[in-house]
Amino acid sequence: MNDEIIIAFTLNGAQARRRVPVRLHAVDALREVFGLTGTRVACEHGSCGACTIRVDGAAVRGCLLLAPQLDGADVWTIEGLHASGEIADLQAAFHARNAMQCGYCTAGMLITSAELLQAGQPATRAEIREHLSGNYCRCTGYQSIVDAVEETLAARRAAA
Amino acid sequence: MKSAAFRYARPENLAEAMILKRVEGEDARWLAGGQSLVPMMNLRMASPSLVIDLSRIRALTGISLQGETLRIGAMTRHAAVGADPMVARHAPLLAQAAPWIAHPAIRARGTIGGSLALADPAAEWPACCLALDATLVALGMDGAERHIAAADFFQGIYATALLPDELLLRVEIPVQRGRSALRELARRHGDYATVGLAATSAPALAFFGVADRPLRFAGVEAALADQGVDAAVALLRTTLEPIADLCHAAATKSHLAGVLLRRVAQEIGA
Repeated sequence: MNDEIIIAFTLNGAQARRRVPVRLHAVDALREVFGLTGTRVACEHGSCGACTIRVDGAAVRGCLLLAPQLDGADVWTIEGLHASGEIADLQAAFHARNAMQCGYCTAGMLITSAELLQAGQPATRAEIREHLSGNYCRCTGYQSIVDAVEETLAARRAAA
Repeated sequence: MKSAAFRYARPENLAEAMILKRVEGEDARWLAGGQSLVPMMNLRMASPSLVIDLSRIRALTGISLQGETLRIGAMTRHAAVGADPMVARHAPLLAQAAPWIAHPAIRARGTIGGSLALADPAAEWPACCLALDATLVALGMDGAERHIAAADFFQGIYATALLPDELLLRVEIPVQRGRSALRELARRHGDYATVGLAATSAPALAFFGVADRPLRFAGVEAALADQGVDAAVALLRTTLEPIADLCHAAATKSHLAGVLLRRVAQEIGA
């Protein structure tokens, strides 16, 4: 019961262990303690989705999770998902469709989209929009993002 | 926006949790899923001295059927409630409600007990519990459980019948008979409802987002059962006195509540 705590968890497939202040948000711990700055900080109250990370298999808000809550968890950030190749097709589709402009929302968009792709179920454009509804993009108007997810989902299902 | 400094504890069982709470007193807050408490802390609307993380207490999580009652542990996450086959079978209103709660990322972390104990007047679970005549079970400092009917539990904006040192353990829901539906109108999907309605074919009609707590009106329910939807909507218009919010006048909410009642009545076959 301190203002610091040792957290041990799996980060992008590797073991991580560090003493952190308990009041750090998970996203700040990942950025400032572990040096993984691909995850963005924006609204800091759970509205925008820019800080989305994968925790125990689910896309969650990095700003609504305290660093101590990472203890024991399986955590993936955009760096790990990029390196593993899991979302290479999705990233290529974002690139091809120009599904980003400033890029600030992109890591969150990719991780939230990857969750839908992982489920492997067919999804209409409306369902893709619904799944992405907690992630804001102030540049693209979403059309190209939905295009990229739809295309990747169709390609994966055709290949399956 | 970062929260003010606090200390953090993660008890392994209920006894430990209650001791921590007793020692720290009112400035300690229970951390369930954190999807409301953490933003409130970030916005400095809440500044607990101690955050007691309930996530390691196994007794608080899970769903079971005991006779004619479905028991849902307070720390059961929204997504788990929404995907549970027993819930779909025995309390389908909850399965219908889950997709309306915020966004997938919030549903992955937020918990039913956290939502009930917070008592946001526009939230889905409180209205569902009211419509289903649920009972909320709290643990007190004396180690005894206290059963509170949903109708008595919600007392105002973020106000419940829970005592400051009580912990919400679970919600008990009588197995649902007949049909149900949940609808809400919001400016964007995932936002808190401008007006929402959780309903069963009993009929039970729990309106949310219209007042300081979810509300049922026995007269409107009786009118729906005995005279049909036109009479129910007419009575609702004179009975419901909605509180305006930043974007919607009371008259707008009153109108929208009638619109929802018509839509939901069709779904529950009333």
